Amino acid sequence: MTAREIAAAVRTGARSARSVLEEHFARIDVREAELHAFNYLMREQAFGAADAIDSAVARGEDPGCLAGVPVAVKDNFCTRGVPTTCSSKILEGWTPPYDSTAVARLHAAGAVLVGKTNLDEFAMGSSTENSAFGPTRNPHDPSRVPGGSSGGSAVAVAAGFSAIAYGSDTGGSIRQPAALCGVVGVKPTYGSVSRYGLVAFASSLDQIGPFAVDVGDAALALEAVWGYDPMDSTSLDATMDSLSDSLDRGVAGLRVGIVRELTEVDGIAPEVQARVAAAAEALSAAGAKVDYVSVPSVSYGLSAYYLIAPAEASSNLARYDGVRYGRRDAGADVATMNSATRDAGFGAEVKRRIMLGTYALSAGYYDSYYGKAQKVRTLIIQDFARAYEQFDVLLTPTAPTVAFEFGSKTADPLAMYLSDVCTIPTNLAGHCAISVPYGTAEPTSGATLTSDGNPKQLPIGVQVLAPALGEATMFRVAKAIEASAP
Amino acid sequence: MTAHEVSRGYEIVVGLEVHCELATNTKLFCGCANQFGSEPNTNICPVCLGLPGSLPVLNERAVEFALRVGEAFNFDVPERSVFHRKNYFYPDMPKNFQTSQYDEPICSEGTLDVDGVTIRITRAHLEEDTGKSTHVGGDGGRIHGADHSLIDYNRAGVPLLEIVSEPDIRSAEQAARYVEELRATLLAIGVSDVKMEEGSMRVDANVSVRLVGATEFGKRCEVKNMNSIRSVRRAVAYEAERQIDLITSGERIMQETRHWNEDDGRTHSMRSKEEAFDYRYFPEPDLVPVEPTAEMRSLVRSQMPELPAAKRERLIDAWAITEHDARVIVDVPGLAEYAEAAVAVLGGGTPKDIVNWLTGDFLGFLNETGTKLDDSNLRPAGLAELVGMVVGGSISRNQGKDVMADALRSGEAPVAIVAARGIAQVSDAGALSGVLEVVFAANVDALDAYRSGDDKMKKKKRGFLMGEAMKATKGDGNPQLLNQLLDQMLEAL
Amino acid sequence: MPEVPAPLTRADVMHVAQLARLAITESEAELFTEQLAVILDHANDVASLDIDSVVPTAHPLPLVNAFRKDEVRPSVDRDEVLRTAPDALDHRFRVPKILGDS
Ligand SMILES: [Mg+2]
Ligand SMILES: [Zn+2]
Repeated sequence: MTAREIAAAVRTGARSARSVLEEHFARIDVREAELHAFNYLMREQAFGAADAIDSAVARGEDPGCLAGVPVAVKDNFCTRGVPTTCSSKILEGWTPPYDSTAVARLHAAGAVLVGKTNLDEFAMGSSTENSAFGPTRNPHDPSRVPGGSSGGSAVAVAAGFSAIAYGSDTGGSIRQPAALCGVVGVKPTYGSVSRYGLVAFASSLDQIGPFAVDVGDAALALEAVWGYDPMDSTSLDATMDSLSDSLDRGVAGLRVGIVRELTEVDGIAPEVQARVAAAAEALSAAGAKVDYVSVPSVSYGLSAYYLIAPAEASSNLARYDGVRYGRRDAGADVATMNSATRDAGFGAEVKRRIMLGTYALSAGYYDSYYGKAQKVRTLIIQDFARAYEQFDVLLTPTAPTVAFEFGSKTADPLAMYLSDVCTIPTNLAGHCAISVPYGTAEPTSGATLTSDGNPKQLPIGVQVLAPALGEATMFRVAKAIEASAP
Repeated sequence: MTAHEVSRGYEIVVGLEVHCELATNTKLFCGCANQFGSEPNTNICPVCLGLPGSLPVLNERAVEFALRVGEAFNFDVPERSVFHRKNYFYPDMPKNFQTSQYDEPICSEGTLDVDGVTIRITRAHLEEDTGKSTHVGGDGGRIHGADHSLIDYNRAGVPLLEIVSEPDIRSAEQAARYVEELRATLLAIGVSDVKMEEGSMRVDANVSVRLVGATEFGKRCEVKNMNSIRSVRRAVAYEAERQIDLITSGERIMQETRHWNEDDGRTHSMRSKEEAFDYRYFPEPDLVPVEPTAEMRSLVRSQMPELPAAKRERLIDAWAITEHDARVIVDVPGLAEYAEAAVAVLGGGTPKDIVNWLTGDFLGFLNETGTKLDDSNLRPAGLAELVGMVVGGSISRNQGKDVMADALRSGEAPVAIVAARGIAQVSDAGALSGVLEVVFAANVDALDAYRSGDDKMKKKKRGFLMGEAMKATKGDGNPQLLNQLLDQMLEAL
Repeated sequence: MPEVPAPLTRADVMHVAQLARLAITESEAELFTEQLAVILDHANDVASLDIDSVVPTAHPLPLVNAFRKDEVRPSVDRDEVLRTAPDALDHRFRVPKILGDS
């Protein structure tokens, strides 16, 4: 059942929210122990919320557009009274005294929160292997990663633990795991969903977005949480075009550009390139004008991102010092206590990025690193602006490869960082993008065999990019791609 | 000489950094009350506690207040100003960075005239205050030797305006006067309480010395912890002499931060743990730039009150009062308005008479009794009435003083007090003649000198005799009548 | 073409760890020096770009003047916050002694 179907059934009283929730928890009970999508399950609260929705319906009230829809949120969304850890030992046991705006809107829309999903610690990673509480596994092949950092949310949707889920995307953390797990993932325009209550990784890049089984649910899920929030200074006070209304308008006449620098280059697996080409052909067959386009400066995106994001993170994560909340390790004076706490509380990848970011901002290096990266950001925005003079949307792969095996990239941070090469430019520009599942392929190496002896097929996603506030058109194209998916 | 002080061939060079807390209702980036003296940790929220996920939103009024300061000190208000993060660890600071302005402040290049000398102000920028630690254990609440500290975040996030002067100040007195002028202006434009004792205005001084005529600056020391204007004056003077002592005895000045100790009257080096400072400023990504619009600026302009310097000049001209009196009248909050109200209903005498009565006994009474101007029992109309009676001669000056004291204590109208107590000048010619006769009898020498002296001597002795007569009436004698009778009796000699 | 910064040294790593209040061990310092050098070497494609005249972008969207009215909002419950604090006393957060100055 899609989220649309669930909400419709619950709103009319055809289904009870409780029975919907029972089905989802039944699936959780079977597979969660193996997959580890969640850091915290809100079983009790969820059934309480479901019953409240059922009573509201019985009283003739409308609980909202997500009535009774089981929803999972990444464990970096603040939830009042519910543990919020960011998969870090430094926040273990902390319960926020407030709800993030996104969570408050979900409650208001009648959604039922089932739990907080696993992530790479503080959203730093592309495989969900960097969680202090153990990795999440890919439901299509549990010997492989689900992608990351929002791996738990991707898996929750892919495994049917929740109808929709939310994550945060700083350099691809929604789209890449969506691609690797075979679900839809959206990184909306920067500022369209409030970041209030989302634990910051890199503030100028972070954005909340949904995971869903199909494009229609993704539209519903995004519409439930977006819109202006006075608590977030970077929130856009703009009217958003309705997504659900325009989804089925087709792509005839739309201009689609395949980004050369992110598609037909080394490092993008041939099977992935093939799926992008197939999606392009399908769009062309549906009436879109498809051509190649060059966005030269995106080649510098990865380097710029790995200076900007760690720099902002080094500052954002300074507050975890053992003074006000979370973990404290003993030290004779405050500075020693701070260092001991941070040493024991942060994992290796988080420390690596704090070090990198501190260095990129430090005296004598700012201009060469952080300052330069900000200028590259300008160039990328300018190049995209030129591309969007000729094209309505752009097309690229979401991730360079299918899901990879555990441990295959953990020793080499740079190799891991390359997982985000196609998704990062969107964050740097503040634009929107969506990953849509488009067929499967077997991995080039180490394929797991199915019971009948064939190599296991793994999902591939293609990515549609659009300029700021271009979501309506982007979703139309995504819907057309989905319609032609094998 | 106050403006340029030279000691042993060295001149003092001072730049001042003044932090003043803005008198907004709420903090700079959240809706918590900006309130001094609340119970610990009661004005806190996710934002000012730096809880994970919280985000700042800029207080509109803090910007408005900064723009007022921009107007008051002739600042340039750039088209855009930007908040940066200043990164360093300190437990008072919830995020371990201070959100502040860096290379794009809201106000740049202003000026302040201090006794006819223009001091350039480099910049004024908005930033957030820190929380407050109480050091427990060890030596009387001092940070050194304490075994732990307790933190209250009520002050964390309170808006500060940091006003940084150029090193244009050349004496301790001028430094004190700069702070006085700055404080009076900030108070007049209503942006801050500027209470140095409560910490709502904090002054740091960068002090160096150099040989007169040198163009390079000497090594400077930053002096902190001055809690009054008097301590600014003393601390700067001490620090300059300390540096001159060092240089003249062949030693070098170490660039450092020094702590002013009010009790021993010295500055002390703040022993700090060896720690690298590298603030790693970068633009605050959670805030957007401020671009004051024409509407915002013209609204601020229309709300600007008359500034103290202008008001002083106007009163000196209009009322023929001294610079000193004008300063007293303008610097005491509300006193100028009080004086103007009294002058408006003046029933005799001059504005200068009003000012004399105000700066004398009236302020003396308020200070002695700790009464606030607004709470004083004698209102402007009552004062005008009182001055009218004295100038008109129905009561004497000394009687006026008694009546004022009575009115301030009881709240009764001066006329009512005069009527009820039957106070009046002695205007009985018989009684006054009697007084003069006694005075004449007691001062035969003076009368002889009067008789034989030239005009100058005559005038002098006449004045003396008049004074003695007033003294004999305890000031209650009607001076006009007394003068008249004295002349008659002198002529009759 | 702008010069790229000198390669990162172990001393840089120790200095940065101090700035960031990370108590790293000898072996971590070794590993970080190696790994960060690789990442920074990759970043040198950006550091070496000759783009002095380009205006930096700090923020992806050209927003300005996001203000809040100066109106008091309720504070959070002090006890709720202090309950989750590592150490508290007399309604305040307690920390070990503070060395150095502010
Ligand atoms: Mg400052
Ligand atoms: Zn607050």
